[in-house]
Amino acid sequence: MALDTRTRRTPSKGTGAGQRPVRGGPRALWDSTIGKKAVMAVTGLIMLGYLVAHMMGNLKIFFGPGEFNGYGHWLRTMGAPVLHHEWGLWLVRIVLVVAVVGHAVAAYQLSRRDIRARPAKYAHTKRRTSYATRTMRWGGVILALFIVWHVLDLTTGHTHPGGFQEGHPYQNVVDTFSTWYGNVIYLVAVLAMGLHVRHGFWSAAQTLGVGNARRERVLKAGANGLALLLTAGFVSVPVAVMTGLVS
Amino acid sequence: MKLTLRVWRQPAADTDGAMTTYEVDSVSPDMSFLEMLDTLNEELILRGEDPVAFDHDCREGICGACSLVINGDAHGPERTTSCQLHMRSFQDGDTIDVEPWRAAAFPVVKDLVVDRSAFDRIIQAGGYVSAPTGSAPEAHATPVPKADADFAFEHAECIGCGACVAACPNGSAMLFTSAKVNHLGVLPQGAPERETRVLDMVDQMDAEGFGGCTLTGECATACPKGIPLPSIAAMNKEWLRAARKSPR
Ligand code: HEM
Ligand code: SF4
Ligand code: FES
Repeated sequence: MALDTRTRRTPSKGTGAGQRPVRGGPRALWDSTIGKKAVMAVTGLIMLGYLVAHMMGNLKIFFGPGEFNGYGHWLRTMGAPVLHHEWGLWLVRIVLVVAVVGHAVAAYQLSRRDIRARPAKYAHTKRRTSYATRTMRWGGVILALFIVWHVLDLTTGHTHPGGFQEGHPYQNVVDTFSTWYGNVIYLVAVLAMGLHVRHGFWSAAQTLGVGNARRERVLKAGANGLALLLTAGFVSVPVAVMTGLVS
Repeated sequence: MKLTLRVWRQPAADTDGAMTTYEVDSVSPDMSFLEMLDTLNEELILRGEDPVAFDHDCREGICGACSLVINGDAHGPERTTSCQLHMRSFQDGDTIDVEPWRAAAFPVVKDLVVDRSAFDRIIQAGGYVSAPTGSAPEAHATPVPKADADFAFEHAECIGCGACVAACPNGSAMLFTSAKVNHLGVLPQGAPERETRVLDMVDQMDAEGFGGCTLTGECATACPKGIPLPSIAAMNKEWLRAARKSPR
């Protein structure tokens, strides 16, 4: 009876005898295409969770300056009295920065690898994937640029049109959406976000191994619903300013 | 049928190639795509030209050797292998583009032939069970639940042709690797290597220079054996489980 007679695998590029890759731990996760994608999925879902909360906060603008500015103030006293002034907010900011940077670096590294893995194009090309799938990379770049502008515009006020007033987010939002470029930048970014979420939410489920044939419809519908809800929620604010509903 | 073929001709691995146009006459709709290429090659040989090199072996859709990208589709317009594709899928007077699998990990050897030994090395890394072979075991000695047996069989259908890699815009081998990992991982015979198998095979897949998965689904559309896209999610689950379980 022939038991396994070859106990050593044939040495080949990278994983020959004596140079086994690191097993376990964050390093192994980051070094594998599957692990790195899992990092993207988790950081993407963290950002997604944040976006849902952020959208709900934004909708408070429809209840007037008092409620909206009060909400802005609460963000700074969140977690009190356990947390000192703005500690809660800074905690959220740190988690978000880690998520954005981790997501973007993983996206960059994986994209470079993917492009290198397919150097020659076909003479006869066909376009088969959905728009959302095809625009993940450029959409991501648009989102990254938007995040920088958005923070400079409404958090720090550096690029804010007119006088930026700390503690008066209602007026600041109205000012931004009273400029044509403020509306254009914001609307483009929100549409990019919607598309990104449409492919991203479903993708993250596959990456984390939650997807299977039975759940396919639920996950696709969930991705579409979430993308639609977020897009509508975020778009409603500039539209309200443009139509004078919020002023 | 009369056809115009535009075929990728490349004399050797390290030379440049180009799409080259040929006319083929008297093609029967009942010919397979490879028989049509045989007809072209007979003419080329009679004219004293170098015949078009392409891979093939069984010509019955089971070995995975044939590997043609036809009009931009790996294995052409039908969901089958290039050898089981028939000329009735085309119209008289058509122009047909024939190209090799394109991926960094599958370098062109000549014309339409690519080197797919990267797949062999992925299999060597873990696509086996260390069970005794020899005389056939008693069929009921190792019970396998029906659902698991079906799942394993669905994935065992992969013939290792590489159409998934050829179709993927990232040149990713995730579908192929997932077919092997899922096939063996779900069976009791494959249980001893369940963790090391998926970790080793994925390491090898990465080391060969295949791209990562962006869930475009092109692989599953091209696969002649219908290995489904959720197989990749199942392998991701296996990998994450193994990475948690066996850090060694
Ligand atoms: C910093 C800017 C961003 C960049 C450069 C970026 C880029 C990318 C790229 C390239 C992918 C992979 C696409 C693919 O697999 O085809 C991706 C996936 C994803 N992104 Fe982003 N993205 C960014 C921001 C965001 C934001 C703000 C969210 C929150 C909604 C998000 C959520 C996701 C999710 C959930 C995935 C799926 C992960 C997976 O496939 O497992 N991303 N992103
Ligand atoms: S998964 Fe399908 S396309 Fe890929 S190698 Fe196996 S049979 Fe071929
Ligand atoms: S030649 Fe064997 S599958 Fe096509």
